[in-house]
Amino acid sequence: MSAPTLPLNSAAAATREAAAHAIEFQDVHIEFEDHEVLRGVSFCLPFGETKALFGVAGSGKSTILKLALGLLKPDSGRILVLGKDVTETPEEDLFALRAKIGMVFQESALFDSLTVRENVAYRLIEEQGFADAVIEQRVLEALRFVELEHTIDKFPSELSGGMRRRVAIARAIITQPEVILYDSPTGGLDPITSNTIIELIMKQRDVYHTSSLLVSHRLQDAFVMATHQFDQRTNQMRALPRGQFCDVLMSFLMLRDGKVIFDGDVRQLAHSKDEYIKEYIS
Amino acid sequence: MELISPTEFAKQKVLAVQDYTLMTAQSVANLFRKPVYFADIIQQADLIGVGSLPIVILSGFFTGAVLAVQSANTLQRFGSITLIGQLVSLSMVRELGPVLTGLMVAGRNASGMASELGSMVVTEQIDAMRALGTDPMKKLVAPRVVATVFMLFFLTILSDLVGLAGGLFVSKILLNLDARQYWSNAWQSLVFQDVFMGLVKPVMFGFIIATVGCYYGMTARGGTQGVGRATTQAVVAASVLIVVVDLFVTQFLMNVLKYK
Ligand SMILES: Nc1ncnc2c1ncn2[C@@H]1O[C@H](COP(=O)(O)OP(=O)(O)O)[C@@H](O)[C@H]1O
Ligand SMILES: [Mg+2]
Repeated sequence: MSAPTLPLNSAAAATREAAAHAIEFQDVHIEFEDHEVLRGVSFCLPFGETKALFGVAGSGKSTILKLALGLLKPDSGRILVLGKDVTETPEEDLFALRAKIGMVFQESALFDSLTVRENVAYRLIEEQGFADAVIEQRVLEALRFVELEHTIDKFPSELSGGMRRRVAIARAIITQPEVILYDSPTGGLDPITSNTIIELIMKQRDVYHTSSLLVSHRLQDAFVMATHQFDQRTNQMRALPRGQFCDVLMSFLMLRDGKVIFDGDVRQLAHSKDEYIKEYIS
Repeated sequence: MELISPTEFAKQKVLAVQDYTLMTAQSVANLFRKPVYFADIIQQADLIGVGSLPIVILSGFFTGAVLAVQSANTLQRFGSITLIGQLVSLSMVRELGPVLTGLMVAGRNASGMASELGSMVVTEQIDAMRALGTDPMKKLVAPRVVATVFMLFFLTILSDLVGLAGGLFVSKILLNLDARQYWSNAWQSLVFQDVFMGLVKPVMFGFIIATVGCYYGMTARGGTQGVGRATTQAVVAASVLIVVVDLFVTQFLMNVLKYK
């Protein structure tokens, strides 16, 4: 496996200096049809960190990711992404910002009338100015990253759920975005495929220092992320000794009834006194 | 079915019209904004234009033919059967060519657009497209509008010609009239106003078909069933709008062009 592109280009470094956080939510409220889903959510995602979002189904995890991308507008509150206020920016001007963010949708959301190659290459084709040979090479690199080179000429409908999820990851990372939002990337998958995907996300975090939000149903996956580190030499994840858990940039956020009830690292989570959290993590 | 209050219903309808108008305005504005997706325009033009050829030719031919059969009967009673060419050509060019072609293409493509875009909405592909930095209004809606307007224009001309041929076929084979007389009668009776009216209509109808189809697609909700509903509604709305707009456009143009 080879690196698709440089981990941090100069433009990315510039945004990192200009903005305090990769993503910042300030007292965000949103309701759908009289049902208030988020009731004052605030948190910060520092650069380079991966934050795992937890909560029961319907607690608004996917909604948070869509808000961060500006796909939905909050009823009140402010959302800053890479220093830009997405709540104020009109849709027309958001496309440039979105080009710096990768998103893996819950149901993959691959374009079903395009092949895997065209799906993965989508951003490069849209940006124009890339030679066909360059696109082909970058697509192959991205697919190699998720170990799916052989599916390049297939249509999404010909792939399994786990393969589609990995293609969606390849599509999100092909331009090495500064921020990646993963919506339940391991949901409904077998443990082995889940592990592969967790390893990929860890690699993004530890090798490319991408900032990301990771929605997960399985606390276990996030614990693995917090207690392991990706080792570039062996190309595998490696368990960290107990004292070094805080060396990896991993944090946890838990939602309940539209509010954040926990936001901290793995140690704080393990020592939380809250009954609900205790029950959740047991 | 769940019951809603009349005010709520009216509010929903007004909001829908507002949304539709906004989308329509945006699709026009997008024609002048970069990027323009030429490849998508060509692809849609192929899908709409070439794909609709058979039904447009068939419906045009038989409409022209049945027009001739119907009017021959009446004209014979007044002893002016030679006017048959004129009658067929005026009806085809001013009215039936544009409206029939519009209805055919509405049935075929407004539904196609609504179901395609609707499926993309419910499977989050539209959100994915926005997330990937592409404006679906530019990438999906604008090419469909351009392609439909452009292709409907030519399909209508084709339908007019084929309709005239249908009339000729009936006049020659069934009524034993002189073919040359039919043609000269058909051509000479057409004046600028007729042709102008016949060519303005497809532009408007094409616009209606594409914007209505895309509107119902983009606002589809509720899974596969929602997509099915959107598809049906798109065809119904586009067809009704075409016949209603047709009346107003005809009346308006007749006033403006100072028909005798
Ligand atoms: N577009 C929408 N329209 C109406 N309700 C929505 C919409 N999106 C989400 N919701 C509602 O918001 C709540 C949170 O949804 P979501 O963020 O998808 O939850 P999850 O945490 O499972 O990802 C759910 O109750 C859902 O019904
Ligand atoms: Mg969700």
